[in-house]
Amino acid sequence: MLDRIAGQQAALLLLADGRLPAGGYAHSGGLEPAVRARRVRDMADLEAFLIGRAETAGLVAAAFTAAVCARAIQGDLSDLPELEAELDARIPAPELRKVSRDLGRQLRRAMQSIHPHEDFVQLGAAPHQPLVMGIAAAALGLHPTAAALAILHENNSGAAAAAAKLMPVDPFNVHAILARMTGRLDELAAYAASFAHEPAADLPSPGSPLADIAAEHHRRSDVRLFAS
Amino acid sequence: MYDSSLRDPDKLATGAMFAQARLSTVFSGRSSHADVLRSDGPLVLRKSNPKGAEPLTHRRTDIARVALAAGTAGPLGGDAYALDVRVGQGSTLLLQEVSAMLVLPGVGGEQSRMTITVNVEAGATFVWWAEPIIAAHRCHHLHDVRINLAADARLVLREEMLLGRHGEEPGDFSSRLRITRDNRALYDQRLSFGPATRGWDGAAVLSGNRAVGSVIVVNPDWSDTPPPAQPYDLSAVCAPLAGPGVAISAVAPDSLALRGLLHDGLNTLGAPWAI
Repeated sequence: MLDRIAGQQAALLLLADGRLPAGGYAHSGGLEPAVRARRVRDMADLEAFLIGRAETAGLVAAAFTAAVCARAIQGDLSDLPELEAELDARIPAPELRKVSRDLGRQLRRAMQSIHPHEDFVQLGAAPHQPLVMGIAAAALGLHPTAAALAILHENNSGAAAAAAKLMPVDPFNVHAILARMTGRLDELAAYAASFAHEPAADLPSPGSPLADIAAEHHRRSDVRLFAS
Repeated sequence: MYDSSLRDPDKLATGAMFAQARLSTVFSGRSSHADVLRSDGPLVLRKSNPKGAEPLTHRRTDIARVALAAGTAGPLGGDAYALDVRVGQGSTLLLQEVSAMLVLPGVGGEQSRMTITVNVEAGATFVWWAEPIIAAHRCHHLHDVRINLAADARLVLREEMLLGRHGEEPGDFSSRLRITRDNRALYDQRLSFGPATRGWDGAAVLSGNRAVGSVIVVNPDWSDTPPPAQPYDLSAVCAPLAGPGVAISAVAPDSLALRGLLHDGLNTLGAPWAI
């Protein structure tokens, strides 16, 4: 896997960087509602939350990113509508489908300016974030495994960064969690990319019931720091 | 038809059990009835009477009611059960279960599998009012359910999973429910927990709860206006899918609380779904 990433490290860092102006900073990846519901109260809870999220919603996003990246490299994006429907079917909470499409729209807007590519035009009006990420990754010369790692890292570090604003934490401890997760994120990226050439229906579909439930509560919350 | 090729002699040597049961219903013009009711070993299919309140079919006498009962304990590790259901054009089937299903470990830690495929044909209605699946300590089980609905078919199903018997840590359990409508994906969720899975006990997935479940309702009449999302409890939500259906999802400390939450969610939909 490292061989496949080698050569495009800088592009991978660019795409996975939380400072990429694509709106990710406005989201806590479900951490804010989890803290508010008192399901995340300490560092152990935070670590379990981040791991659970990476293994479920993270893996789904990574698998779809890798699949779209592989199709873009091959120059055949004909099953994008099916990928959209399959991803919708894997996100039961309407609020999280909306968040994914909001982030996708913002990422496309950013990347069309930063590194334009004709494939972005093939996406609909509000494409899911992983589909945009897959095309952006391919446009930057990344392979599916690197594309999967980019979205896993971006989503994971974004949620971890939100912790500093939501609960009393030592930022070193938060980054210690991220450091402990690096090996597993590599494994998840490789696993996600192993489906890159499979039909859309066969992509992984791990669910996260409490993330779905919390997202709908969060949308109705009057006072919130993060959009999700 | 009965397929003897599924019986793998190598696995049979360890005492593993293979079963393939079939159920099919037809609509005669006035009422529905089961025209195929093929039990196999541990999967026993019987015509049945109402067990209690039912969504959509309560007190109706013109529908086919079938109960799935366990002919043996299990599934145990190594067992592979398959149930094939066809809800024929225009017919209505209520499939219920006699008792909860306890998934147990095998001798050598092999995986047990239960594969259920359902095809709901044009104008048909499938009500699947299942009992909980209990993932016993050290079990290793894959529960795989595929349902394809015709564009105008209706569905309401309940699925409940319990993490171990009372006071017991669960084994490795994974359940996938995939629903397609008109051969297009509508709902696809896999839930895994147990020692081999990471992060399931965290706040994104189950957060220490011992029971998790959902009720899925698909109603072609909702194509224009699906019911709004309703987070009616801190641990439950009724959420519209990206199609004419809703997923009611809940987590709870125990099976009784889970059942209550799921039925509360169903009742937010009003008649004829409420029970």
